[in-house]
Amino acid sequence: MKLVAEKREMTSRLFRFAAPLVSILVALFVAGFLLLAAGVNPLQAYLEIFQESLGSLYGLSETLVKTTPLIFTSLGVSLAFRMQIWNIGAEGQLYMGACGATAVALFSGIESHALMITVMFVAAFLLGGLWGGIAGVLRARWQVNEVIVTLLMNYIAILGVDYLIYGPWKDPKGFNFPLTAQFSDAARLAEYFDTRLHSGFFLALFCALILYLFMERTIWGYEIKVIGSNPKAARYAGMRTGLAIFSVLFLSGAIAGIAGFSEVAGLQHRLQHGLSPGYGYTAIIIAWLAKRSALGVVIVSFLMGVLLVGGDSLQLSWQLPVAFSYAFQGLILFFLLASDFFIQNRLRLVRGERHA
Amino acid sequence: MGKLLQVKNIRKTFPGVIALDDISLSIAPGEIHTLLGENGAGKSTLMNVLTGLYRPDRGEIVFDGEPIHFGSPRDSLAVGIGMVHQHFMLVPAHTVFENILLALDGVPNLYSPRKYRQQVQKILDEFALELELDAPVWKLSIGAQQWIELIKLLVRDCRLLILDEPTAVLTPQESARLFQVLTRLRDQGKSILFISHKMREVMEISDRVTVLKKGRSLVTLARGEYDENRLASLMIGEDQIPMWIKPACNYDELALEIRNLSVRNDRGLADLDNFNMKLYRGQILGVAGVAGNGQKALAEVLTGLRKASAGRILAGTRDITNNTARSSYIAGIAHIPEDRKSIGIAPDMTVDDNLIMKNFNSKAFRRWIFQDRAAIHRNAAVKIDQFAIKAGPVGNPVRYLSGGNIQKVIIARELSEQPAVLVALYPTRGLDIGSAEYVHKVVIDGANQGMSTILISEDLDELLKLSDQIVVMFRGRLIGSVDPQTTTREEIGLLMSGEVQK
Amino acid sequence: MLEILLDATVRAGTPILFATLGAIINERAGIINLGIEGLMLIGALAGFAGTQASGSLLVGVLAAFFAALLAGSVHGFITVQLRGNQIVSGLALTMFGIGTTALFGRDMVGLTIAGFERIAVPGLSRLPVIGKAFFNQDLLIYFSFLLVAAIAFFFYRTRWGLALRTVGENPAAADTCGVPVLRTRFLAVTIGSGIVGIGGAYLSLATTPMWIENMTAGRGWIAVALVIFASWSSYRALAGAYLFGGITAMQLRFQAMGTTVSAHILQMLPYFCTILVLVISTIRLQQGASQQPESLGQPYDREDRK
Repeated sequence: MKLVAEKREMTSRLFRFAAPLVSILVALFVAGFLLLAAGVNPLQAYLEIFQESLGSLYGLSETLVKTTPLIFTSLGVSLAFRMQIWNIGAEGQLYMGACGATAVALFSGIESHALMITVMFVAAFLLGGLWGGIAGVLRARWQVNEVIVTLLMNYIAILGVDYLIYGPWKDPKGFNFPLTAQFSDAARLAEYFDTRLHSGFFLALFCALILYLFMERTIWGYEIKVIGSNPKAARYAGMRTGLAIFSVLFLSGAIAGIAGFSEVAGLQHRLQHGLSPGYGYTAIIIAWLAKRSALGVVIVSFLMGVLLVGGDSLQLSWQLPVAFSYAFQGLILFFLLASDFFIQNRLRLVRGERHA
Repeated sequence: MGKLLQVKNIRKTFPGVIALDDISLSIAPGEIHTLLGENGAGKSTLMNVLTGLYRPDRGEIVFDGEPIHFGSPRDSLAVGIGMVHQHFMLVPAHTVFENILLALDGVPNLYSPRKYRQQVQKILDEFALELELDAPVWKLSIGAQQWIELIKLLVRDCRLLILDEPTAVLTPQESARLFQVLTRLRDQGKSILFISHKMREVMEISDRVTVLKKGRSLVTLARGEYDENRLASLMIGEDQIPMWIKPACNYDELALEIRNLSVRNDRGLADLDNFNMKLYRGQILGVAGVAGNGQKALAEVLTGLRKASAGRILAGTRDITNNTARSSYIAGIAHIPEDRKSIGIAPDMTVDDNLIMKNFNSKAFRRWIFQDRAAIHRNAAVKIDQFAIKAGPVGNPVRYLSGGNIQKVIIARELSEQPAVLVALYPTRGLDIGSAEYVHKVVIDGANQGMSTILISEDLDELLKLSDQIVVMFRGRLIGSVDPQTTTREEIGLLMSGEVQK
Repeated sequence: MLEILLDATVRAGTPILFATLGAIINERAGIINLGIEGLMLIGALAGFAGTQASGSLLVGVLAAFFAALLAGSVHGFITVQLRGNQIVSGLALTMFGIGTTALFGRDMVGLTIAGFERIAVPGLSRLPVIGKAFFNQDLLIYFSFLLVAAIAFFFYRTRWGLALRTVGENPAAADTCGVPVLRTRFLAVTIGSGIVGIGGAYLSLATTPMWIENMTAGRGWIAVALVIFASWSSYRALAGAYLFGGITAMQLRFQAMGTTVSAHILQMLPYFCTILVLVISTIRLQQGASQQPESLGQPYDREDRK
């Protein structure tokens, strides 16, 4: 008897829908064993995750606070994905966006709230876009692998921000901690319900809507989809793929840059070390899970927000290193990839035959 | 004298396609057995089953009297079945020696280079092949590469050699040489399973012929029991082959003129070398030549996908040399690319979306920056009707369509702006007869309406049937021109192999 | 002075060398492995833990090799047998590696072991300039020299090596020659991953004999880029790894000398240089006859219809 894989005629709708959910559940299951091995009770840990993130209004608000940068970065990454471009640099682009917004907040001297916020937004957009755009130029002009470039630029961006906050931008009243001075009121986003939930969240939802319309309704979205589906055919059809590659990486970086703006203007009100606990990397998972749906991005970002808030809490109660969430995300991806296989293929037991 | 190979009631399906329905045939030792059938009849699929690449759903294979099952190519190789594929199984970056070495049986891991080089050289000498062992395969001509594929079989002492359309890439002269070798091998006792859809070759070389049609084996006939007409009618059945009336070309108005055009590739070699050509309004210009002599470069430079390094292309009075792809299209040059699936379509998108790939930006299909989906759908409905495209349910990704229908989508798209010139690169390759005939109809209808076609093809029959004039390309140059009414296949063949006309 | 710099170059370059060699084996068989960073961390932790527990460096190195091999086998199974997306799988492996080593490494923080010590090669170690750098090093470095030569020999002078290269260039061709394509690829991924793990182990057993969370600091990514620079050749990988070793050594030197340039800016240097090197290597790749394994990144399905 032999196990044989056969391609399905039509990819199973059921599997396609269930796969992301099943992957997360199985990953939870396996991660449970890892936790056990490290001396943590998984059931208690999982319970705590849900209690902390969803069990109270404040918890929910914290979850939404974490969801906000995830939505931005994931939208950016998934935009690039639509054109088969791998933007692994959302983390660095977030940092650069934060950098730009901070520069405006600290040094522009603008007093009008509306103007300040707008300029901060634009600065974040442009700087994040620049960061992504560099990889875009290299890829468009010389076919340089954007995975490696965007990734290495993450390290450069984080080091750059570190340089600034340990150096010229360090808060003189900050007791030598690596952070800048606090932002003025003009440079802060509004907060709601006495929680840390800020306008950035609603901006993120709006951004998701814009991106949906962009991809599904505009001619640019069409062009991106064609290039993503078959770059050679697109070229043969006369589409300017080089320009498209640059534009998409620029936009992708810019949207991730908005995440940075949202974090410094809405949440932290200053630029500090460890600005992001890896939102840009989690964005890749989210984009891959949500495939082509902007709504999917929002939903999965929320789920990840739940896990991150829970993870924070577990760090306190179980000394679980923050980096552990990466292991969990990796597991989700593995199982998602495995489930992709079952979406495309079905298994069959074949009666043994005498071999040559 | 028993049977070497017996195939009984083989069935093989893929998602949505029955490739082989009920195939039975047998091959005797020391015979050349031809498998005849049009494109899509199942020949290649059957071969892949025999060489262990595909697993049949039902049926039996009996080799040398013993029922046998192939789990992988290894198994079929082990019993002595070897195949020269249509798409070569070579590594272009490796040398001739390396490619052959891997095919050898029983080579130890730490092998002695000297010993095995001698062994390989011996075989090359036996067949009088002038191939350098250390030459990288990408430098060799396609004909030479095919010889390497054949050598790979011979070094394994295969008892059954399967050749899949080997003459597709050969000039008539090279084909003759190949047949000599095959005959010799047959006389040595080897069996050859020869796949073709070219009647002439079948008549020349076969001891026995099995006709395949739509995945079924119709009949096996021995030499003397058939002639061309009988085979043709078996192969295509009762369908009448419509004869299209080809308009005579007036040669009055120049549609395109190419002067001293040169195109270089990244290695600095000339793909097109001082190429000259005139194309008239309403003319169907056939371009013959062995693949790899600059045809693709010609198509690409005409449609703006590559830059010329020297020379001019004139459309009427406009100089369109080095136009971009988009402006070439606007200048009225349409392009049917060589490889439908890989460069002709966006496979995951719908027929609607694929049909507007070239003119999606036009005001007809959008309002400001938003697409007008209703207009796009209406356009698709018209084209589907006009070109009889079997598109499947709405929203069906275009890659699920059959090869012929995909070609129709491409044609519909390319012709939607009434181009002045159509550049068609191997447009009927891999299509079944019905679809191929449709392409021919489109070309002739176009000629009737004043559209000029540059028909680049390796199918001499097609060229002879459709063209007003046939030119031959060799090493990037146009080395000869013949009149289809008066020329012979031999004359074209000589030109194809580089013999310049007197 | 040059001697010291060369010595530091070799020592800094060695972990990257192992990682690049492992990645080359993967890619020659046609599989992209972006999990190098995670594999190095797994190797580093396993190596350290193994030596901690047993007192033997050899046990540590073996533990690193097998732990990384095991982790790499997941990537191998997904990309080879399940034909999954190689880029996503590799990223998943890196994330998984970062996370699990952070978790299980908690207990290792602060512990120390006796790391690898130098062993001088009699005679050769007295050579001027290069003597100290190449012939007065630890066993793992000597092993790395052997590995470079062994891998080159394997690829070009053995049948298995030819088979592996063919699998990476044209798996269908290898299949029709009777080469077990899937098995070959899987072995290449797992063994290559194991070698990457040894690179990680070098960090925790020789460079700084201790475990620190995320101690690879992006070296795995530099290795991924170096594969392209090395044109998939083990000898050029040596050159590339030492180039980076050199840059790192100089950067540390500057910091030690106390320059006015911020440490953070200096630390950017290796990443920046890697991008530069990548751009140049890629351009050269486009211009010359391509040396990239032709089937790199494409899963092999025998029943794929053309």
